[in-house]
Amino acid sequence: MNLPEKLKYTKEHEWAKLDGDVVVVGITDFAQHELGDIVFVELPAVGRKLGKGEAFGVAESVKTVSDLYSPIAGEVAEINVALETAPEKVNKDCYGVGWLIKIKPANKGDLDSLLSASAYKATVANGR
Amino acid sequence: MTNLRRTPLSHAHHALHARMVDFAGWSMPVLYNSILEEHKAVREKVGIFDVSHMGELEIKGAGARDFLSYLVPSDISKMEEGGVQYSALLNDKGGIIDDLLIYMIAPNRYFLCVNASNTRQDFEWISGQAVGFTDVEVADLSRDYGMLSIQGPNAESLMGLIVSFPLSKLEYYQFVTTMIDETNILLSRTGYTGENGFELFVSWRDTPLMWERIMSRGKSLGLRPIGLGARDTLRLEMRYPLHGHDMNEDTTPYEAGLGWIVKLDKGDFLGKEALVRQKGEGIKRKLVGIELVDKGIAREGYAIMKHGDKVGVVTSGTLSPTLNKGIALGYVPTEFSLVGTTLGINIRDKETEAVVVKTPFVSPKVRRHNAPEKAVLAEDR
Repeated sequence: MNLPEKLKYTKEHEWAKLDGDVVVVGITDFAQHELGDIVFVELPAVGRKLGKGEAFGVAESVKTVSDLYSPIAGEVAEINVALETAPEKVNKDCYGVGWLIKIKPANKGDLDSLLSASAYKATVANGR
Repeated sequence: MTNLRRTPLSHAHHALHARMVDFAGWSMPVLYNSILEEHKAVREKVGIFDVSHMGELEIKGAGARDFLSYLVPSDISKMEEGGVQYSALLNDKGGIIDDLLIYMIAPNRYFLCVNASNTRQDFEWISGQAVGFTDVEVADLSRDYGMLSIQGPNAESLMGLIVSFPLSKLEYYQFVTTMIDETNILLSRTGYTGENGFELFVSWRDTPLMWERIMSRGKSLGLRPIGLGARDTLRLEMRYPLHGHDMNEDTTPYEAGLGWIVKLDKGDFLGKEALVRQKGEGIKRKLVGIELVDKGIAREGYAIMKHGDKVGVVTSGTLSPTLNKGIALGYVPTEFSLVGTTLGINIRDKETEAVVVKTPFVSPKVRRHNAPEKAVLAEDR
């Protein structure tokens, strides 16, 4: 399982990363693997306000549909429109071109409350 | 998954790093690598499925034929030895207890292949109905047989390498009992994918050997093991209904689009009275094929809408890997069952546009041996 050290994680299997004044959000390698082939991603409208832990969209694989949760509070600044025609990018590169949304954080401190790579790894191991 | 039953191939699945799921109390591979890739392999090359969880029942004795004819709505009188027929077990309301394949071994001996989730219940139902019939024996042979399915354009070339029987002589919905090396098998040209292919019954003990033999010969033909995930997308593209989802004890063959298996003029059978009555009164709801116009996937349980009202429920739904569109089956009132009818599917509290389409969703490469001609289908709809 690929878990970059520099990212922050949630126990709902999202990752988050500060990039300038926005936080980039995606799903983890564990999540994309569990879901299998992702065939459809539904993302929120730019400008939507999200609470921490709020469902902002869904990722659908052939077999299942899975909610996506916002790791932090803030406003949707950008969505990955490429996923509309190529949702498989999430499987191929979940930490890179398969990112989901960028959030303008309500307060940057939110990021610190998220899990480190090793803490996330432990929750995944416990959940199995 | 400690209490799940295992097929004879659980070690093989483990070695292939399959993802195992609970399916009807069985630990089964849902995928080995990717449902989409496995789906494609069956449509373009060849795939092998472990379907050893399927149930096998036997009805034999001098009274077997009359008894079986009473059990199912289809006409088995014209079946020949070596023939296979698709049919169903109905309750007295005409509801579908299970769908099944009937293999005629001899006039006094029939082999039934039934769904894993229903095997015990089917056996008890059939045994219960046998009371009052003379010279009928019913047996559950499910623990004796493993079952493999080999499907796809290269299935015939692959099996030709392994079976000495000339496969060109085996027509759709026929079977032969033959040998692979020293091992007895029952091989039928049947399947659940719409592709040319075969299903193979072999003793439980020899199932791993048979799997290995086929796997080792199939590499150059593009053979891949296929999980239940792709089995579902493949069958759904063909509109083959799945029991427990698209039909159950409360739906009749007429409603499920299986009117072609019912032969009301063949003599008495279980459920006949109810079916005659339903046909007289008219079929009030029908299982239809639905394609999503908008992006999205309709899933089992989602509401089917018309003019803002819920008029039905999706019973199976997926993304069709072949069409790259959402496809689904669901029951709607007959007035909304015509091809071209626009419907809505309630996906996460949003109404997504959909339309009733002609099925199969994808053209099959095979036609069911005992399936209706086009004209009959039109009348049935």
